[in-house]
Amino acid sequence: MRLALTQIRVQKLKSFFTLLGVMIGVMFLIAVVSIVEGMGNYMQDDLMGKLIPINTFNLRTTPDVQLGNVDQATWQEWRRRPRLKDEDVAPVLAALPSGSTAAVLSQDNLMVESRYVPKPKQVNAMNVTHEYFAIKKLGVTEGRVFTEQEDAFGSPVVVIGTDVATYFFPSVDPIGRELKIGHIPYTVIGIAESQGSAFGMSFDKFLVAPYNSPLKRLTNRHGVIDGMMIQSPDEQSMLATEDAVRSVMRTRRHLLPEQKDNFVLETSDQDLEFWNKIKGYLVVAGIALPMIGLVVGAIVIMNIMLVAVSERTAEIGVRKALGARRRDILAQFLVESATLSTVGSAIGVAAGAAVAALIAAVSPLPTHVALWSVLVAVLLGAGVGIVAGVYPASRAARLDPITALRAE
Amino acid sequence: MTNEIEEAPLSTTAERRAVTSVVGATPGQEWAIVARGLKREYDMGGEIVRALRGVDLAVRRNEYVAIMGPSGSGKSTLMNLIGCLDTPDAGEYWLNGTLVSDMSDDALARVRNKEIGFVFQTFNLLPRSTALQNVELPLVYAGVSGDERRARATEALQRVDLGERLSHRPNELSGGQRQRVAIARALVNRPAILLADEPTGNLDSRTSEDIMRVFSGLSDQGQTVIMVTHEPDIAAHARRVIVLRDGVVETDERKENFHERLSIHGSSVVG
Repeated sequence: MRLALTQIRVQKLKSFFTLLGVMIGVMFLIAVVSIVEGMGNYMQDDLMGKLIPINTFNLRTTPDVQLGNVDQATWQEWRRRPRLKDEDVAPVLAALPSGSTAAVLSQDNLMVESRYVPKPKQVNAMNVTHEYFAIKKLGVTEGRVFTEQEDAFGSPVVVIGTDVATYFFPSVDPIGRELKIGHIPYTVIGIAESQGSAFGMSFDKFLVAPYNSPLKRLTNRHGVIDGMMIQSPDEQSMLATEDAVRSVMRTRRHLLPEQKDNFVLETSDQDLEFWNKIKGYLVVAGIALPMIGLVVGAIVIMNIMLVAVSERTAEIGVRKALGARRRDILAQFLVESATLSTVGSAIGVAAGAAVAALIAAVSPLPTHVALWSVLVAVLLGAGVGIVAGVYPASRAARLDPITALRAE
Repeated sequence: MTNEIEEAPLSTTAERRAVTSVVGATPGQEWAIVARGLKREYDMGGEIVRALRGVDLAVRRNEYVAIMGPSGSGKSTLMNLIGCLDTPDAGEYWLNGTLVSDMSDDALARVRNKEIGFVFQTFNLLPRSTALQNVELPLVYAGVSGDERRARATEALQRVDLGERLSHRPNELSGGQRQRVAIARALVNRPAILLADEPTGNLDSRTSEDIMRVFSGLSDQGQTVIMVTHEPDIAAHARRVIVLRDGVVETDERKENFHERLSIHGSSVVG
């Protein structure tokens, strides 16, 4: 064992090249898995939480978050669905168990202008009832959110995202100043907390106006709403709340028991489900691709070990003459190749983690080095070394001592 | 049988009896080596080379024997058999009272480790290991623990006057010193026989004399030494010289006779 390690130390350069194959394979494995994991964590903890808050579901005609492909038939069915109406709101609210909160919302991307910048810009504009802020836990860094009264009156006030603030008010305090949407002026009353970004998309390009404000006429046809955001007080009551809303809506739509819902109750779990499916593929790809690297690494190790065996034939002869059994020689070479590849994978883990950190630093992609991927990588690396070492080692072990001694 | 041998110590008759006694009989305690009718053939590309054609040999404990012979005489083959690196096609080989001629590879490795100390012409030290590590190697394969290994290896190196060079690598040592490291390595497991193959072949004559003194000293201390060489003046250090020719023992003589014979026939015994 120690002799095998000494051998590695003295043949640094050759050992390094042996390491390289495994190192690169492991590095990619760690890097890819870290990115996938990081994205997964991000999706779960951050992104989904922002789109659909905890214990909350959206009553909508079609899902808001659409990850992946929707087939033609589904798409057409979605298009035939009746829209949600103003008059659906009151019965749904009436059916909610006590403790639940609900907000009504409509949304569209609208051109917005201000007198401080010459160019208008498209902004995600929403008109919502005031409960929206509580459900989304959306606070302001400056100013205030709108009140129940402003909501009821439909006052032309807006709370804007930080990106909107910086774009339209480059050098002035936006609070109290005007933004024009569809030629109607709205007073900025608050700047929302930054929502961050995901994959390079900012979540701060939005503005929120009271539901009954004139924005209503721009976001949807008269009497139509995009959806309702409904929050239960806790996880346990969420299903009951969903059932209550579902049954009200089915009654209102006169659906027969065998007919499917022609609306959706969208939860973050449903959207995550799809993400988890993608993640599965990504992880498989993230492991399969580096595998190719590891196979190449195994071939390199095998070749280098074969060269080592033939270079050290005389040494093997001496060892055998001095009493080394086959298994001693076998063990020596196996330890050598396993150590090499384990060291290689350890360096690969470090390099992979560094790559992951670098990616996280210079790109919007979040990364997370998962412990399981480190374990898999190191075990895989050691395994590669052992597998690749078996053939050369058994060749060495089978050498005839007389022939081996004669080799110089 | 044993009695008869004891009655005639050091006589060739005793050796003949040890060799020719019933096949399969365990030799007496005093024999380090008893070989009966050793045969070994090689298939060299279809042509059968009969390297040994029936060698009988008996070596007592404490003997100092030189094996000579021209190239092709079978002395290397005999050395491989004595050293348990190879097994005979026919015949028996008893080493230190154990029949080793039909052992498995791993069992032979064990015997080599315990009973035989090899000294090679090219020293065959591991180049990147220190003198101490080289000498420890047989003990590693014997499964001796680290501390005892170091102690015994140090002691063996002190026996060959290299107690000051424990951590030198082979390339930091002279040829004579390297060979002494090899001798220490051969001795460290207290083998039944010290088997040297042309031990001075790569050394100048002064260093050779030096090494031969080491061998003589070991022999005086009771170590059985078997040396294969083609140099008569090296062989002259041994007390018994066996000359092989064409795969059989041609002559087997004590030192007194050998000197006489050398002076009469000169280099005729050398290939």
